[in-house]
Amino acid sequence: MFTKSTLQKLILAAMGVGLVSVPAFAAPSADSSYIFNTLLFLIGGFLVMWMAAGFAMLEAGLVRSKNVADICVKNVALYALACIMWMLMGYNLMYAGVDGGYMGTFFSLWAPEDAGLEGSTYAAGSDFFFQMVFVATTASIVSGTVAERIKLFPFLIFTAILAGLIYPIQGSWEWGGGWLNSEGFASAFGAEFSDFAGSTLVHSTGGWAALTGAIILGPRLGRYVGGGVKPMPGSSMPLATLGTFILWVGWFGFNGASQLALGTIGDAQSVSNIFVNTNMAAAGGAMATLLVTKAVYKKVDLSMTLNGALAGLVSITAEPLTPLPLEATLIGAVGGTLVVFAIPFLDKLKIDDVVGAISVHLVCGIWGTLAVATTNPDTSFMAQLVGVLAIGGFVVVSSGAAWLLLKKTVGIRLEAEDEERGSDLAELGMEAYPEFGTGSQKF
Amino acid sequence: MKYIIAIIKPHRLDPVRDALAEIGINGMTVSEVQGYGRQRGQKEIYRGAEYEVHFLPKVKLEIAAEAAVADQAVEVLQETARTGQIGDGKLFIFDINQVVRIRTGETGAAAL
Repeated sequence: MFTKSTLQKLILAAMGVGLVSVPAFAAPSADSSYIFNTLLFLIGGFLVMWMAAGFAMLEAGLVRSKNVADICVKNVALYALACIMWMLMGYNLMYAGVDGGYMGTFFSLWAPEDAGLEGSTYAAGSDFFFQMVFVATTASIVSGTVAERIKLFPFLIFTAILAGLIYPIQGSWEWGGGWLNSEGFASAFGAEFSDFAGSTLVHSTGGWAALTGAIILGPRLGRYVGGGVKPMPGSSMPLATLGTFILWVGWFGFNGASQLALGTIGDAQSVSNIFVNTNMAAAGGAMATLLVTKAVYKKVDLSMTLNGALAGLVSITAEPLTPLPLEATLIGAVGGTLVVFAIPFLDKLKIDDVVGAISVHLVCGIWGTLAVATTNPDTSFMAQLVGVLAIGGFVVVSSGAAWLLLKKTVGIRLEAEDEERGSDLAELGMEAYPEFGTGSQKF
Repeated sequence: MKYIIAIIKPHRLDPVRDALAEIGINGMTVSEVQGYGRQRGQKEIYRGAEYEVHFLPKVKLEIAAEAAVADQAVEVLQETARTGQIGDGKLFIFDINQVVRIRTGETGAAAL
C-alpha cells in the first residue's frame, strides 16, 4: 500500500518521536511563530469581516421597513468600497514611512512584498487583510446614523473619502508610528497615546464622522415636531438582536487579534485574557443598559440593551488586556449606562441618529480611551485626552468639510417625497418585504 | 331573537368561544378591530422617546340567538371576557327584526 518513500518517512518520524524529547514550554521556532502570528491575523481578520454582517443586520432591524433594502445595499457597498480604497491608497497612507509624522505615503498602491521582508514575523498579506477590515468597520458606523434619508451615491463618495483619506491619516498618527506614538509626545504628556484595538482610532473616528453627517444632513422628516421626539420604531427587533450577536462574535477578532502576535506562550495568554475581557465588557454593558432602562423608563428597552452590549465592547476596545475581568465588566457597564443618557440627549439637540451609533461608538469610544489610564500604569490620562481631542478635531474638520462639499455639489439628501415613500422604492425600485404590509409605518 | 356585539380583549377570545359553545351558541362572526373607549390610548417608550398608541387592538364578536339563550350569553360573556383591568371592552345588545338563511330561505328562529 505504501510507496517506499512514504514508508521511509514514517520510520524516520517514529524514530524522531522516540529520540527527541521535547521540553515543556520550548521556545517556538521562528517558523512556527511566523505561522501562528499570521494565523491570528487571518482568523481575527475574517471575524472582523463578519462584523460587516452584524452592522448590516443591526441597521436593517432598526430602520423602518421602507428603508431596509437600501440600508442593506449601503452596507454591502461600503464594505466593498472601503476595501478597494484600502488597497489603492489607504494602507500605505497609514503605515508606509510615517516615522513620527502626520501621514504615510500618498497614492501608493499596496501589493504584498514578502520577499523583501527578511526577519518579518508574519505574512504581509495577513496584516493588510486584518487592517483592511478595520477601516470597513469605521465606515459601517456612519451608515446607521445617516440611514433613511441620505442618498446612496453621495454616501458612497463619503465612504471613499473616509476609507481612503480620513481614517488612514488619523490612524497613521498612532498605529502607523506617527506623532501620537512618538517619544516627543511621550515626554510632553507623560506617556505615548494608547489605543489597543481602536476605541478612538476606529470607533470614535466613525462616530465623529457620523455626528458631522447627522448634523449637516438634518433629521428624518417628522422626527422632531412640536418640541417632542416622534419615535420611529425599527422594522425587526430579532434582526437587530442577531446583528448585535454577530458584532459581539466579531469583536473577539477585533480585540483578540489586535495583540498582533500568537507566536509565544505569553502572546497566547494575552490573547486569551483579551477574549475574556472583551466578553465581560459586553456582558457588563448589556446588563447595565437593561437595568438602567428598566429603572428610568419602567420597561426594558430592547434596542437600547443591544446598544448597551456594543457600548461595552467599544469601551473595552482601547485596553482589553490590562484590566481584571471584573474591571472590564465595570468599564463595559459604565459604557452601557452612558448610552441610555446619550441617546435622549442627542434627540434633545435634534441630532437624529437612527441606530444609536454616535452614542455607542463616539461616546463610549471616548470613555474607553480615557479609562485606559485606570488599568494600564504605562499610560497617562493627559496623553489619552490629547489623543482623543487631536483625532476628534481632525475627524470633525475633515469629515465636516467632506459632507459640506458633497451637500453643496451633488446634494446628500433624498427629496422629501422620496423619503416619505422610502429609500427602497426611491433608490432601488423594490421593497425589502414585498409580501408584508407597512407594519412599522403606523405611528 | 337578540343580536350581541361584544368588543373584548384579544386574549379572551378562546375562553369566550368555549364558554359560549357550552350554552349552545354554535355560530359567531369574529373580526380583529382597533379602537379606544374610556381607556384612551396607552403611553409607550421607544429609545427614550414617549409615544401614544391611540388605537388598541381588540376583537369584535357578533352573535345571534333566541332571547333566552342571548341573556345567558350576555352573562357568560361578562364573566369570561372580564379581567377586571381597564380595557375589558363592551357588549351591545339589539333586537333582531328578521333572520334569513340564504341557502334554504328559512326565516326567524329556524334560520339561526
